Amino acid sequence: MNYINAFLVGGAICLVGQILLSKTRMTPARILVLFVTAGVVLTAIGLYEPLVEFGGAGAEVPLTGFGYSLAKGAFKGVDESGILGALSGGVMGTAGGIAAAVIFGYLVALIFSPKTKK
Amino acid sequence: MDINRVLDKKNYQKYVKKNMPKSKFLKECAMAFLVGGLICTLGEALDDFAEYTLFLDEAGIGTFRSAVLIFLGAFFTGIGIYDVLGRYAGAGSIVPITGFANSIVSPALEYKWEGYILGVGAKLFTIAGPVLVYGISASVIAGIVYYIIGVL
Repeated sequence: MNYINAFLVGGAICLVGQILLSKTRMTPARILVLFVTAGVVLTAIGLYEPLVEFGGAGAEVPLTGFGYSLAKGAFKGVDESGILGALSGGVMGTAGGIAAAVIFGYLVALIFSPKTKK
Repeated sequence: MDINRVLDKKNYQKYVKKNMPKSKFLKECAMAFLVGGLICTLGEALDDFAEYTLFLDEAGIGTFRSAVLIFLGAFFTGIGIYDVLGRYAGAGSIVPITGFANSIVSPALEYKWEGYILGVGAKLFTIAGPVLVYGISASVIAGIVYYIIGVL
C-alpha cells in the first residue's frame, strides 16, 4: 500500500511539472526552482506534511520534497537554537543530499566523457 | 471525387491540427506520471531497505534515499541513458531528485572542455545553483517567520 501511495503522489507531482512544461513552455531549470520554492512554502503553511504522511517517498523524492526538508530543517533549527537556527537548520537538514549531489556529480563528470547528441 | 479528396485533405489537416497536440499532450502527461511515480516507488523501496535492513533513524533514511537516487541519476546521466529516458518521460525525469542529479552532471559534462575549475567545477551549479539559492533563501525566510510567530 505504501508503494501505491508513493507511486500516486510522486506521479501526480511530476504530472503538475509536465503540465507546466507542455503548456507554459517553462524551462526545466525554472520548474526545478519553482518546485523547491513551492516545497518550502507549502511546508511552511502546513500543506506538505500531510502529503508526506500519505505518500512517503512519493512526496519526498520530487524536488518539492527537497524544499520540504529545507523548511523542516529550518523549523527544527529554530526550535533548538532560536533565530540562528533559521540560518543553519535548512542546510543542516539537507547537508547529506547536497554533498552527495556535489561529489557524485563531480565524479561522474570526471570519469565520463560527453555524449554527442543525436 | 477530386473535390471530395480536397475536402478530405483539408479536413484531415484540420483533424491533425486539432487532435495531434492534444493526444501528444496526454501521452506526455501519462509518461511523466508513470516514470515519476516509478522513481518515487523506488525511493519508497530504498526507505524500507534503510529502515528494516540498515536500521537507520528518520534522518538517516532520508539521507540514504537521497544519496542513492542522486548517485543513480548521476551515473545514468554519465552513461547517456538518463537523457534518453528524459526524451520520453519529460517532467517525470526532471522533477524527481534523480533529475536534479541529471541537471548537475549534464552541464558539467558538456563544458568539461573548459577545464576542471570553470568547466566542470562551475557548471555543476548551472541549475543546482539557482535551486540552492532559492530553496535555501526560502527556508531561511520561513525559519525567521516561524521564529517571529513563536515569539509573539
